[in-house]
Amino acid sequence: MAKPKEKVSKSVYGATPVTQQVESHTISILVINEPGVLARVIGLFAGRGYNIESLTVAETDHDKHLSRITIVVTGTPRVIEQIKTQLDRMVPVQKVRDLTTTGPFVDRELALVQVKSEGDQRIEALRIADIFRARVVDSTLDSFIFEVTGTAGKIDAFVNLMRPLGLADVSRTGVAALSRGKMKKEIKKGE
Amino acid sequence: MKKRKTLNMSTTEAKRAASKTTPAPAKKMTGAEMVIEALIEQGVEVIFGYPGGAVLPIYDELFKNKDRIKHVLVRHEQGASHAAEGYARSTGKVGCFLVTSGPGATNAVTGLTDALMDSIPVVCITGQVPTHLIGTDAFQEADTTGITRPCTKHNVLVKDVNELAGAIHEGFHVARSGRPGPVVIDIPKDIQFADGNYKAAKDSMKHAYKPRTMPDMDGIEAAIELMASAKKPVFYTGGGIINAGPQASKLLRELVRETGFPVTSTLMGLGAYPASGKEWLGMLGMHGTFEANWAMHDCDVMICIGARFDDRVTGRVDAFSPNSVKIHIDIDPSSINKNVPVDIGLIADAGEAMKAMLQIWRAKGCKSDSAALKKWWKQIDQWRGQNCLAYKNSDKIIKPQYALQRLAHFISKDPRDAYVSTEVGQHQMWAAQFLPFDQPNRWMTSGGLGTMGYGLPAAIGAQMAHKDALVIDVAGEASILMNIQEMSTAVQYRLPVKVFIMNNQWMGMVRQWQELLHGERYSESYTDSLPDFVKLAEAYGGIGLRAETPQELDDVIKEMMKTDKVTLVDVRIDQRENCFPMIPSGKAHNEMILSADADKFDKKLV
Repeated sequence: MAKPKEKVSKSVYGATPVTQQVESHTISILVINEPGVLARVIGLFAGRGYNIESLTVAETDHDKHLSRITIVVTGTPRVIEQIKTQLDRMVPVQKVRDLTTTGPFVDRELALVQVKSEGDQRIEALRIADIFRARVVDSTLDSFIFEVTGTAGKIDAFVNLMRPLGLADVSRTGVAALSRGKMKKEIKKGE
Repeated sequence: MKKRKTLNMSTTEAKRAASKTTPAPAKKMTGAEMVIEALIEQGVEVIFGYPGGAVLPIYDELFKNKDRIKHVLVRHEQGASHAAEGYARSTGKVGCFLVTSGPGATNAVTGLTDALMDSIPVVCITGQVPTHLIGTDAFQEADTTGITRPCTKHNVLVKDVNELAGAIHEGFHVARSGRPGPVVIDIPKDIQFADGNYKAAKDSMKHAYKPRTMPDMDGIEAAIELMASAKKPVFYTGGGIINAGPQASKLLRELVRETGFPVTSTLMGLGAYPASGKEWLGMLGMHGTFEANWAMHDCDVMICIGARFDDRVTGRVDAFSPNSVKIHIDIDPSSINKNVPVDIGLIADAGEAMKAMLQIWRAKGCKSDSAALKKWWKQIDQWRGQNCLAYKNSDKIIKPQYALQRLAHFISKDPRDAYVSTEVGQHQMWAAQFLPFDQPNRWMTSGGLGTMGYGLPAAIGAQMAHKDALVIDVAGEASILMNIQEMSTAVQYRLPVKVFIMNNQWMGMVRQWQELLHGERYSESYTDSLPDFVKLAEAYGGIGLRAETPQELDDVIKEMMKTDKVTLVDVRIDQRENCFPMIPSGKAHNEMILSADADKFDKKLV
């Protein structure tokens, strides 16, 4: 890579750094379910310029008022490390786990896919839905709504196949994820 | 990940069990009464604030509790926020302020952001419109928790009077624990009127917030090993040591004495290591000393304690201290590896970490490499020989550096304990360079946010806490006008704050950048019309003084030291003076320019 030409920056902040390789990580956050907690997490991403690919949130333990937020983020390894520590220092955040680095994990997403078509296309849509184990949850004479579950990649594939067959609308839940079986012990920074 | 949860569960449970055996009858009171009770339980003696519709019930209780809690009426809510910061910074306690809904809260935002950037523990209580009016665009309604979410460490809107006392206790706990910061507690007016049960502090920890403070001993041992073998070490210290309490400053002094390593500090950390110490290199960074920045650049082991590798400190990151092994001790895990990747990152309270370091250093019988260190000090002395803070003095016009040296002289002669605050700009950097601090908590400045208008209210906060001390705000004529209204506050509470205005009629730092980097196009940085500061001081009921020549300066400062009322001193300084040394942005530590090279600096580069 050619070294950029040296020059004095006019800005009081100096030059922009060269970017590193971007990775995608699935992060699971356990938070106390109180008003504003989601805004706090989202605000961190907006305020510090991090990218969210997918976000899922719902209460998972009613008695303890705990919610799980699952976020898929992209960034350089340093940015991802920052995201985790920034999340971890928030007062209502109880636990932050990077599923991507703590061993194998299961991630699933649900989508509702509406397809409007007639004749052969309608039959083809049903056939493909069968291959993807998508269920028909609504049907009219000229449309279906399929319910399909799987990894984000599987849903992308399904949606892409439905496109020429009269894809009308898609609604996706975002990724929910959990670690499989026993996890690797997480390596804590500073230890 | 966190130990805080498990640890705290057991302690709170134990406490709950203990409280079960002696059931204290729950005290019934109104929300407004709870606020006062909770503040007193938290040890608040002084609260800064400004009344308004949505906090009237609390002001009613303040009226009834005049003898238990002292309220200081400011003239603008921003003033209250900085006064609370000054109080907190100079005492080590949590500062507290009270403002009304809507504009009261939005005016406090600058102070909250300032406290967040500089890790100052403050609790801000805001009034809010009644619960049933929230979201209706009611009179003086603002989404306070929404607005302050990114500029506080934590905030909460209290919607149930039974949770009010707990929210306040937890707010203080969060503000002072871990990396300190600002907390907002937003209380709707109907909650202030409502009756409920008061909860004592010990029953109130909903979040089990307990950040890690104890260092990992393996990490400390690795750090000690590096330190013992270091040939060119340097301590890079910051505001974290001040926040860790006076004990931490003592430990730093011990650690430096034990190792003989040179020590430099950020703007926020001044005073943790005495400026009179022989290992002291002066402040580092953009306007730091030549020796401090060169030592940072050339060192082989850097021990960073309670500092955060801010861009004003590092200069160009990829050329920052290229050959050193870096040890970083910080209480905030997100500070580690944020701006600069480090080799050993330790999450701990600065004091606890230094205690552990000293313990292991002594237990292992470690010795610094004295031959290498001697060579290193020789090199440092050579850099010191550059005399980077030198300036051309004049007998016709007051040089800002000379004014501060005279001020420092008279401060050192004064028997009173001295506290100094600053505004933001050239005068702030000159004050950091020329005023020596030998104790922590004596220096209050807006480092992270760079808030013009910080100094006067901060000085008021410090003087409220230290009635007999000498409190000086080193100001610029532009900055002081941003919160000049607080003169009135100082007069009302008979606070003899001294405001030492370095008046050059320019926004000096802006002018300096325009001169050096924007082709000498001085866009809007000159103030054509300024008040007569002497008359202004008198109009407020204070004292005004003026020095126009170097010959007058000493007498004016002497006079200022004697006043028993708030005093504005208009010091007319050289309009053309620039602040050096300086690392131009995008440059490394070893590329700093000194005042002697300033003329050679190629202004046509841009």
